[in-house]
Amino acid sequence: MSASPAPIAPPAPAPAAALDAKPLKRATRDPWYVRWTLIGLTLGIVGLLVAVPLASVFVQATAKGLGVYWTNLVANADTRHAVFLTMVVAPVAVAMNVVFGVAAAWAIARFRFRGRGLLITLIDLPFSVSPVVAGLVFVLIFGLQAPLGLWLRDHGYQVIFAPPALVLATAFVTFPFVARELIPVLEAVGPDEELAARSLGASGWQLFWWVTVPNIKWGLLYGVILCNARAMGEFGAVYVVSGRIEGQTDTMPLRVQKLWEGSDNPAAFALASVLTLLALVTLVLKVVIEPKVREQTAAARTAAE
Amino acid sequence: MSGVSRRALPGFGLGLGYALVYLTVLVLVPLAACLVKAASLGPSEFLAAAWTPRAIAAYKLTVGTSLAAAAVNVVLGLVVAWTLVRYEFVGKRVVDALVDVPLALPTAVAGLVYASLYVPNGWIGQFLAPLGIQAAYSRLGIVLVLVFTGFPFVVRTVQPVLEDLDAETEEAASVLGASRWQTFRRVILPMLVPPALTGFALAFARGMGEYGSVIFITSNRIFETEIAPMLIMTRLEEYSYAEAAAIATVLLGFSFLLLAAINYLEYRSKRNVG
Repeated sequence: MSASPAPIAPPAPAPAAALDAKPLKRATRDPWYVRWTLIGLTLGIVGLLVAVPLASVFVQATAKGLGVYWTNLVANADTRHAVFLTMVVAPVAVAMNVVFGVAAAWAIARFRFRGRGLLITLIDLPFSVSPVVAGLVFVLIFGLQAPLGLWLRDHGYQVIFAPPALVLATAFVTFPFVARELIPVLEAVGPDEELAARSLGASGWQLFWWVTVPNIKWGLLYGVILCNARAMGEFGAVYVVSGRIEGQTDTMPLRVQKLWEGSDNPAAFALASVLTLLALVTLVLKVVIEPKVREQTAAARTAAE
Repeated sequence: MSGVSRRALPGFGLGLGYALVYLTVLVLVPLAACLVKAASLGPSEFLAAAWTPRAIAAYKLTVGTSLAAAAVNVVLGLVVAWTLVRYEFVGKRVVDALVDVPLALPTAVAGLVYASLYVPNGWIGQFLAPLGIQAAYSRLGIVLVLVFTGFPFVVRTVQPVLEDLDAETEEAASVLGASRWQTFRRVILPMLVPPALTGFALAFARGMGEYGSVIFITSNRIFETEIAPMLIMTRLEEYSYAEAAAIATVLLGFSFLLLAAINYLEYRSKRNVG
């Protein structure tokens, strides 16, 4: 498998002899009216589809003034609990997927074994499962109609309609994120430094913490950020398993929906604005980290040559 | 980039073992449980649960709105990708970053804000209402939010291909006498078809499963604006677990076909490029 180099901007055409530069320039450049139409269309598309909705979230959240906005966020115990619950469920699910992602990437990127291709395909499987179906499968296993659910209840464990099911459903839908980011990074970095550390007598864990982790840290962070964004925003899967018990199993997105159902629009938008801010922070981090991931894999590749 | 010997580096057994156990417990067993539950029905009961007129209407709506949204996204995505790669303009980096918003924004927020924008007295709905267009609480509304959630896919699959396109190809076409439009039609566009198709499939798959944004903007009328995941929810709330599993199985079938199609498309485009 030849990994294609990171996409870089095409080099600006060198100003060749002025004589033939003109027709060639015309060959790769669109007429001005096409350019302006397409730029206008792009601004219109992104504006209408993304920018206006984003702006509208904050406008509607603060429509009744910043004081009301703040009260909407902090005064309601159920809303506070929803924020708390999301801050617990998302990190646990992300942590589970990080451990899996590292383990799977290590096996897939460093070794060849039978069924490797199948494993790579299976990692993507949860992406193609509808979130509602993802929630349903856990209801089928842990619900009180199921033997396991009954047994667990009799022994004092509540899974469905409780945080454990929220974690499971969230982990399911965010399952591929970390592994998908790590496999190409680990492959690009290559095993040479690890082999060297090994020959110098490093133990398995020393090698992992001192050689592998520093080499993949940006890719890992990138995967964690994407995974976390999806985990905090997940709706369909947690909707099914939560039972939507107010003040108990409502995460932030579920709480938004409930406030909206109750026609409390300012409160719904206030909470939605927090989620939107988290999404914007995610995107900023993504823009910052992306070049570092590319740098790290590119540096590793030139070092290997 | 071949693998190393299992003796040279440690952790093969631990890594693979843990990955397999986690995958099995979290993903494979639950999905199997759904299939087993659906299979407990027997063929005729299965059809009676998953192939009713109401269910078929829900599948059609789910597939239809997802297809429509994905098709719209191919057009929008090609325009946006082309502009972002080929032209320079003020605010280009911001626009480029905004393209990723639908991937990061929770779908519930998207549904909430779209519903509020497109109701007849909303920011955008007020201009549509006089034209007789009802965007919120209609099928059009579902397509709208699906266009939003699937928007980044075509842009992000087409963009790198456009970036890698070297100017020489276009120059050659021009030197050989092709007009700019002919160059685009005959030289550039064919190269954009595979990535656009991949983006289409990804957006389509995303739309098929979408729930969070849709429930805000649909009226949830049976036969009219009820998508398949909603029908599953309804069955669950009636404690009809096996029926819910049967409908979920049909959806899973669709998903796996799509996954296979996407893998095939990616494999083909990789082979063409490499």
